[in-house]
Amino acid sequence: MKRIYVDEKWCLGCHLCEYNCAFANSGKDDMSKALKNVKINPRIQIEEKDGISFAVSCRHCEEPLCVKGCITGALSVVDGVIEIDKDKCVGCYTCIMSCPYGAIMPSDDGVVQKCELCLKNSNGKPACVEGCPNRAIIYEEKE
Amino acid sequence: MSKYVIIGNSAGAIGCVEGIRSVDKDGEITLIASEPHHTYSRPLISYLLYGKTDEQKMKYRPDSFYKDNKVKKMLGRTVISIDKKSKKVLLSDGREVPYEKLMVATGSVPFVPPMDGLDKVKKKFSFMTLDDAHKLEKAITPQSKVLIVGAGLIGLKCAEGINDKVESITVVDLADRILPSILDSDGSAVVREHIESKGVKFHLSDSVKSFEKNKATLVSGAEIDFDILVLAVGVRPCVSLIADIGGKVNRGIVTDDECRTSIEDIYAAGDCTESHDVSSNSNKVMALLPNAYMQGETAGINMAGGDAAYDNAIPMNAIGFFGLHIITAGTYEGDCYVSREGKSYKKLFYKSNRLKGYIMIGDVKRAGIYTSLIKKRTPLSSIDFDLIKEKPQLMAFSRKSRNEFLAK
Ligand SMILES: Cc1cc2nc3c(=O)[nH]c(=O)nc-3n(C[C@H](O)[C@H](O)[C@H](O)COP(=O)(O)OP(=O)(O)OC[C@H]3O[C@@H](n4cnc5c(N)ncnc54)[C@H](O)[C@@H]3O)c2cc1C
Ligand code: SF4
Ligand code: SF4
Repeated sequence: MKRIYVDEKWCLGCHLCEYNCAFANSGKDDMSKALKNVKINPRIQIEEKDGISFAVSCRHCEEPLCVKGCITGALSVVDGVIEIDKDKCVGCYTCIMSCPYGAIMPSDDGVVQKCELCLKNSNGKPACVEGCPNRAIIYEEKE
Repeated sequence: MSKYVIIGNSAGAIGCVEGIRSVDKDGEITLIASEPHHTYSRPLISYLLYGKTDEQKMKYRPDSFYKDNKVKKMLGRTVISIDKKSKKVLLSDGREVPYEKLMVATGSVPFVPPMDGLDKVKKKFSFMTLDDAHKLEKAITPQSKVLIVGAGLIGLKCAEGINDKVESITVVDLADRILPSILDSDGSAVVREHIESKGVKFHLSDSVKSFEKNKATLVSGAEIDFDILVLAVGVRPCVSLIADIGGKVNRGIVTDDECRTSIEDIYAAGDCTESHDVSSNSNKVMALLPNAYMQGETAGINMAGGDAAYDNAIPMNAIGFFGLHIITAGTYEGDCYVSREGKSYKKLFYKSNRLKGYIMIGDVKRAGIYTSLIKKRTPLSSIDFDLIKEKPQLMAFSRKSRNEFLAK
């Protein structure tokens, strides 16, 4: 399956991926309207310290602890992609307790959100990857 | 003859179905459960009462689940005994169902200690099942004065579920703090203050001495008027099917890492079992949904001839009350690191170069990074412990580990 891979060697710490993620998932078609004066809550998040930076988003694990632990069945595996049904989710945060990478987070609407590879939004392919100026985030099939 | 028979229809049982089907697509599965409903998420009964979910959304798996997985279901039927010699289970209606491999995922039932005058109370309820939730919902009115005995997870979840629909809620518990099994006293005080701010009253370090029809007298002498009583003192694992045939049982049914019981071809999973907690290196009943699912799945894979082990279980809980989130995991032993900020509270427990346990209240973001350190028994010397204390972050790991996590 195609996955997102992050190489911290190339990451500039520019945070563009966070903005592109927030925009792609905003449901709006104008970036400035979508993001101006908004505190973004993207599904990919940069960690940075002392000149090191890297982006963290869902790994779409083969052993997805979030899915196995979900108390409602809101998380599921669809063709290898870990999807969330926000309608079913009750925001119990069992998945936040379970994810070893800290890659699933509270959403602004009282449930949780995670990277779904932009397959369900209008972008259709990962916006973080498309917009990364230094190819620090790539989307490809390995092995 | 059914190849696989599963007793239960909740997280453990569903995990078992999915585990079996990941190895064996066609072997006949028969699933038997006392509860008549489509599989539902037990923890959601409180969310149902306050309207955050509904009966359709609280189904643990889609409507087509049994059909998609070729499961023959026998719901609303109870297994009364297992015949391990001729390998069949006997139902209360006299029917027999033979098995090759059997899963026992019978869960737990409320435990009600003897209490003086309890039989005089007309409207008393447990809070464990969908039917319990419906009965309670029918009984309450905006004038109801509710008394809940037990300030554990189930009692407090019940309080949250009905708080907006009744006049008052009083909770009594023998322990000196709420949620005693998962919180230390400081953390418990933070959560208690929050719940009290929603109007719920507590009588702690106290217990009911006697009941009359609408009044409880506590050991301290306090008297509480009520018209609805909810008993949430504790639960008891349903072990009798295995105990009756000589299987090994302590508090729960004893299972190994492959989720086998001590009896050949019989497996068990979920709240009815006892399994190994790697954080304390001891055997425990870990009654929580993710464990039930993962034990069931492990058992299912093994029942179908695959090879799986569930060998990194720890106690862990994610729970919230009135918008305040709590995540806890592991064992509370060793040295502590504490930080507080507003309503957020965090305590880490570490010993012998390992993270042993944690409590997070309020800000619980990325807690899973801590959970994983406990489960994997990661040596703290291999990470930057100061950074990990500050917050869960991958920055605390070596560049090599990060590369494993994110680039592979
Ligand atoms: C109010 C409440 C809130 C909770 N909140 C949380 C939470 O937030 N997070 C969490 O992780 N856990 C929570 N839990 C615990 C969680 O619900 C359990 O850990 C989980 O349901 C265990 O699943 P199980 O499959 O082991 O058994 P159970 O869910 O107990 O199901 C057992 C099934 O077996 C059937 N059965 C039993 N005996 C027989 C028999 N002899 N014949 C036929 N059928 C039989 C029963 O009818 C039942 O359907 C909560 C529980 C309650 C009650
Ligand atoms: S949310 Fe976490 S556990 Fe779940 S698939 Fe993504 S990385 Fe894995
Ligand atoms: S927060 Fe939502 S997705 Fe996560 S475990 Fe709870 S119900 Fe499932």
